[in-house]
Amino acid sequence: MSQGSSRADSGTTVLRGGRIIDGSGERTGDVAISGGLVVAVGEGLSADRVVDCGGCVISPGLIDLHTHLREPGKEEAETVESGSRAAVLGGYTAVLAMPNTTPAIDSASVVRDVQELGRTALCDIEVAGAITVGRAGEQLAPMAEMAALGVRIFTDDGTGVQDDRLMRRALEYASGLGVTLAQHCEVTSLSEGTCMNEGEWSSRLGLPGQPAEAEELMVMRDIALARLTGARMHFLHLSTAGSVAMVAAAKASGMPLTCEAAPHHFTLTEAACASYDPVFKVHPPLRTQGDVDAVRAGLRDGSIDAIATDHAPHAAHEKERPFDQAPPGMLGLEYALALALTELDMELADVLARLSWQPARIAGISERHGGPVAPGRPANLCVFDPAAVWRIDGSGGASRSSNVPYVGRTVRGRVRHTVHDGELVVLDGAAQR
Amino acid sequence: MRNLLSIDELDRDGLEEMLDLTEHFVEINRRNIPRVPALRGKTVVSLFYEDSTRTRLSFETAAKRLSADTMTFSVGTSSVKKGESLRDTVETITAFGIDAIVVRHQSAGVPLQITRWTDAAVINGGDGWHQHPTQALLDAYTIRDHLGSLHGRTIAIVGDIKHSRVARSDVSAFTALGARVILVAPPTLLPSSVTGWGVEVSHGLDRVLGSLDVCYLLRMQQERMSEALIPSLREYHRGYGLTMERAARLPAGAMILHPGPMNRGVEIQAEVTDLPNCFITEQVSNGVAVRMAVLFRLLGSGTQLDVLREEP
Amino acid sequence: MDPDDIGRAVKRMAHEIIERNHGVAGVHLVGLQTGGVAIAELIGDDIVDIEGSQLEVGSLDVAFYRDDIGIRPVMPEEVTNIPFDIDGQVVVLVDDVLFTGRTIRAALDALGDYGRPRSVQLAVMIDRGHRELPIRPDYVGKNLPTRRDEVVDVGVEGVFLGEMVK
Repeated sequence: MSQGSSRADSGTTVLRGGRIIDGSGERTGDVAISGGLVVAVGEGLSADRVVDCGGCVISPGLIDLHTHLREPGKEEAETVESGSRAAVLGGYTAVLAMPNTTPAIDSASVVRDVQELGRTALCDIEVAGAITVGRAGEQLAPMAEMAALGVRIFTDDGTGVQDDRLMRRALEYASGLGVTLAQHCEVTSLSEGTCMNEGEWSSRLGLPGQPAEAEELMVMRDIALARLTGARMHFLHLSTAGSVAMVAAAKASGMPLTCEAAPHHFTLTEAACASYDPVFKVHPPLRTQGDVDAVRAGLRDGSIDAIATDHAPHAAHEKERPFDQAPPGMLGLEYALALALTELDMELADVLARLSWQPARIAGISERHGGPVAPGRPANLCVFDPAAVWRIDGSGGASRSSNVPYVGRTVRGRVRHTVHDGELVVLDGAAQR
Repeated sequence: MRNLLSIDELDRDGLEEMLDLTEHFVEINRRNIPRVPALRGKTVVSLFYEDSTRTRLSFETAAKRLSADTMTFSVGTSSVKKGESLRDTVETITAFGIDAIVVRHQSAGVPLQITRWTDAAVINGGDGWHQHPTQALLDAYTIRDHLGSLHGRTIAIVGDIKHSRVARSDVSAFTALGARVILVAPPTLLPSSVTGWGVEVSHGLDRVLGSLDVCYLLRMQQERMSEALIPSLREYHRGYGLTMERAARLPAGAMILHPGPMNRGVEIQAEVTDLPNCFITEQVSNGVAVRMAVLFRLLGSGTQLDVLREEP
Repeated sequence: MDPDDIGRAVKRMAHEIIERNHGVAGVHLVGLQTGGVAIAELIGDDIVDIEGSQLEVGSLDVAFYRDDIGIRPVMPEEVTNIPFDIDGQVVVLVDDVLFTGRTIRAALDALGDYGRPRSVQLAVMIDRGHRELPIRPDYVGKNLPTRRDEVVDVGVEGVFLGEMVK
């Protein structure tokens, strides 16, 4: 939930010399901010404070539909605060916190706890609730009481709902509440005990793998159940060519479905696992070049609506275990924008659509985020230099963890400033608190 | 050559060199005093997360015959705490001042991972389903010793290829040395892809028996039945077990090999082990010589030297 | 030395070995890899011609006994072949060049792991000086004073002296 304008700078701040790109188009102009809102957009605006944005793009803040904040339960890996710091450094002004914490976010009281932690965060923390109690896949969680606190998206992420009948009931119930179910598509009977994609590489490396079908079978089932129930659904981290094709076809037929892809699924392939470095272990796993190409194509043609990081911090000692024993997941918040600009052959406005206003719409937060940079709207903005070239190092950035699979990669595009509710939470690449 | 993690690190010349070096140690092992001072002052550590008395003793015997000192860390004793981070264990051992670590672990990739945390030479004693390089070397040596060369020979590897580090290492070694390799197994026991392995595949032992120079049998584990990979051990034996009747249909001079330990009555009929062309015990004795060659190559042959000093 | 010189030196050493050991009963030649093996075979052939009796010639690779393992690259050449029992026997080590003496020291250690000879004698085609250990030859083809940085190359085609290439 938003912090309100009490912390906004008194007086006016002007973002000067940038190029504005938002859902309504592209234009040059200065942006004046006061009282937590954009108050003017134009040339030659005056201000108490001027922030240089020369050479930069000013866009609505980025929105991450898929972040693991690890609090409550695994604070050594990340907290709401440290995760939010990593987020704003990556240009995000809101993130959707996944409910696979300990305890899981499956009741109003845990929702309230995380929302309370979010009040002092550097960006907005939206909370996703679990579909089933304890994410155990057996019994529906009290979605209505969580929805009453503003939860709009429910998922058992970390795992998918295995039981067909339960998933059907969940979709029916959710549609009555007007909320959206999001699925981590993975059929555990095909994926249990595996640690990478099944194929040429898993065979060579002697590691148990899961086939693309472990994801695709659940995508197929959920499309069918969504059609049966008429419910709205969001597919998390699609990673295979087959998944992208099925969701694209279902959307084209008019179904209210949306989907996302993670930066690692358009940047890395299963070949990275040859080093046996558990930093490359993730669910769904890194796939083949053909799958990477399909994800890129899906983002380009709009079949995939959003880029979502699936930022998954793990303490260093957890990732220093054997590959098959280490927990899956990689960091992403500080790298998503740069990876998108470097790896995807797309127009800047389309990249920003996938990172900002489209995920904002899916999360149901378009009133405050992702909207046009225009007077009267909340000042949640990302200012970045699309030409800045930098090398990703292994420190992990602001996250408490450092499981970064992109160490040593040179990328293009770097956040210079981030404005959250009118507050400059990132100035010249440094978090202000 | 700093470490031996996978047979893939050795090309044909590298493999031949290891086999040639092994011959020296075979000769030494025949002496009354099977010992040379070559690795005096060096310390070789066995880090065995998976129980394997045979392989561990083979390595330790090899080290001792080279006059090296040995240390054992096995998860069977409490010297390796379960849950203690791999990195902590390796860094602790390295701090003792050691020259080589022989590691065996149920997870693939562990030997490669630990090379990041130690300067000692790392030898893979078996990692999950991935590789068992010294086994492949002793297998190749045993075959070369009897057939003269592996080039152009037809070798069948029979059994649970999918879960076998011995199979993966043998495939690499045998194909690099120019052999024709046939994997014989039901589809459920083959890896999901053998693209790029340079092998043929057969789903029946009878079909290939008559053309073999070597019939290499893998151990068929009881656990595979619970994973719905084969209906029963009996059905496996029926299609793939080397019975006396099948052994009789092998060409004259064909070798029968097995990495041990054997499941008699499953992949191999007990009486077959007494046949003159069954070289399983030779594999074991060659194993010590091969491991001596590997240890000498990594610790004694000077390839770790940073600077070649001139003859004084 | 040219091939004829070598032949004459070999014949002389063969006579000396026979003379010193009062015949060749219980005497075995062991050539050191790699340069000593050919020389040992030449000496052995001449002994057989002279004495008429058989003589066993073995070969020994001392790589694993060298004292410079870990200081420079060391790899063995040919597999050692000592097909006779050396306990209580006379073993004549044969090498092409005697220089620092370290190779011979390694050979003595190696022989010790095969058995306990009654005595060990040393025959070399060339003694080039610069001993670093108290080792002395019993039979010498030719004494050839050299500088440390010179290289001596011995083969059945002859002995050549050269400069070390830096």
